[in-house]
Amino acid sequence: MRRVAAAAIGLGSIAAALVASAEPPAGAASCSGCHPASSRVTSPVPRLLGLDRAAIVRAMQEFRSGQRAGTVMDRIAKGFTDEEVQAIAAWYASQR
Amino acid sequence: MNVPRRALLRLGVAAAASAALLPRPARGQGGAPRVVVIGGGFAGASCARTLRHTDPRVVVTLVEPSATFTACPFSNAVIAGLRELSAQQFTYDRVVADGITLARTTATAVDAHARSVTLAEGPRLSYDRLVLAPGIDIRWGALTGYDEAAAGQLPHAWRAGEQTLLLRRQLEAMADGGLVVIVAPANPFRCPPGPYERASLIAHYLKTRKPKSKLVILDAKDTFSKQRLFQQAWTELYPGLLEWVPLSKGGQVVSVDAATRTLVTDFGQHKPAVANVIPPQRAGRIAEVAGVADRTGWCPIDPVTFESKLQPGIHVIGDAAIAGAMPKSAFAANSQAKTCAAAVLQLLTGATPSAPKLINTCYSLVAPDYGISVAGVYQPSGGQLADVPGSGGVSPAEAPRATRAAEAVLAEAWFRTITAEVFG
Repeated sequence: MRRVAAAAIGLGSIAAALVASAEPPAGAASCSGCHPASSRVTSPVPRLLGLDRAAIVRAMQEFRSGQRAGTVMDRIAKGFTDEEVQAIAAWYASQR
Repeated sequence: MNVPRRALLRLGVAAAASAALLPRPARGQGGAPRVVVIGGGFAGASCARTLRHTDPRVVVTLVEPSATFTACPFSNAVIAGLRELSAQQFTYDRVVADGITLARTTATAVDAHARSVTLAEGPRLSYDRLVLAPGIDIRWGALTGYDEAAAGQLPHAWRAGEQTLLLRRQLEAMADGGLVVIVAPANPFRCPPGPYERASLIAHYLKTRKPKSKLVILDAKDTFSKQRLFQQAWTELYPGLLEWVPLSKGGQVVSVDAATRTLVTDFGQHKPAVANVIPPQRAGRIAEVAGVADRTGWCPIDPVTFESKLQPGIHVIGDAAIAGAMPKSAFAANSQAKTCAAAVLQLLTGATPSAPKLINTCYSLVAPDYGISVAGVYQPSGGQLADVPGSGGVSPAEAPRATRAAEAVLAEAWFRTITAEVFG
C-alpha cells in the first residue's frame, strides 16, 4: 500500500491515489466473505490477495459470460461492470 | 467540518511518508477520532476490526457483554446432532489484539446530540461516530403466550447458545414416532432460509434416528427463501416425513400455551412432542433506546454510509438495519460492516463516501452432503439497497448431486473463512 502511495506521489496525483490505495474499490470488501484473506484458512475458494490482475479479470468475464462454470460466482459476476472488475482486480493484485 | 478536504489530504501526504494510510481524521478535539461499536457479532466485530486495520490511529471501543460469541450459521447442524456447539464459539482475543478496547458490559443509553454512550458499568463513552450492530431481539408477547418463560419449554433457538442445546436435547429425548413442529414467522426476520434449513436437518435426524416421527412447519407466510429448491429436496430426501403448512392453508400460529405445549392456529390445535417456536423479532434493544428504530422495530439507514435516517452520527449494520434487498444474514452483516467502516473513515476526514456495492451469499444445508445457495449483488438505488439487475439468484433447480455436495463443502468453507476474518 505504501508502495502504491509512493508511486502516486511521483505521478503527481497524490490525493486521489492515497484514498484509492487505502480504500478497496466498490464491491472488493465483500469478496473476503468467501475468499480467505488469511492463508491459514483451508478452503477450495482461492485467496485473491496478490493474485494476477489479468487472471482475476479473465475469471470474472468468463463467469459472467457463462464460459466458466461456477457455483455462486456466475451469479455474482453478473453484478459487476467491466470497470468495476478492473478496479477490484487491480486492488487485489496490489495487496499481500 | 471546518478543515477543507484538500488541506486534510495534504496532511495525508505527510502522514503517508511516516507509514500512515489515510489522511488524518479531523475529529476528536485534536486527539484521535473515536468510534464506538455496540455489538460483537458478525457485523460489529467486523466493523471494529476493519476500522483499525484501515487506520490504526482510530480509537475503537467495542461494547459487548459476552466473553464468547456463539455463531448462528451452522447452529442448525448442532440441533440435528451433526456438530458440537463449541464449533460455533469464538472469543474476542484477536479483536483485542488489534488494539480495540473491549467494554465487557451492556450499553444502556445513547445521547445522539452529546455523542455519548452510557454503559451499565464503567464510564460514559464519547464518540465521533457510533456504530450499532445489536442484532435481533425477540418480540416477547407478540405471539400470544410466547414470553421468556415459554422459551424454556418451547425453544426458539434463534439466538445460538443454550437455546440451541435445549432444542437438541428435546429432540434426543423424544420417542420415535413423535411429532416435531417448527413455527416460522412472517417477514422480516433473521436468516430467511434458516427455518427451512432447520426443518431439513431435523428431518435428516429423524430419518436416520427416529424414522417413524414426523415434522410439520407451521408458517405465517405463503412463500419463503429458496422455496423451490427446498421443496424439491424435501420430496427427494424426506417424502412423507416433512410437511409445510403455509399461511393460506392455516399455517399461522396465533397463540401458544407452553405448559401444555399447545400451538393454536385459526383452524385447530397442535400438541407436538417438540415445538420450536421462531417468534417475531426486532432490532436489538439499544436501537430503540438510541432512537434509530422506526415503528417496524427495525432501523432505516442511508444505503451509502449506513448512517441512521433518524439520528445523525449513528450507523446501523447487520440484522438490525433495514437494508432493502439485502437479507438479514451473517454474510450481509460482514459485507455491510466493511462498507460502513470505510464510510465512517471517509466521513471522519470530511470526505464524501462513494456509492458502494455489496454482496451476499447464503448457503443452506438440506442434508449434510446437500447444499443450496442464494447470492446477490446490491447497490444504492432510490434511497435503498437494491439488487443489481441481472445478478444474483439461487442454485440451479436441475443439478446433479455432485453440485449439491460441492455446495455443502463450500458452505463449511464459507463458515471457516468468515469466522476467521471476524474472530481469527
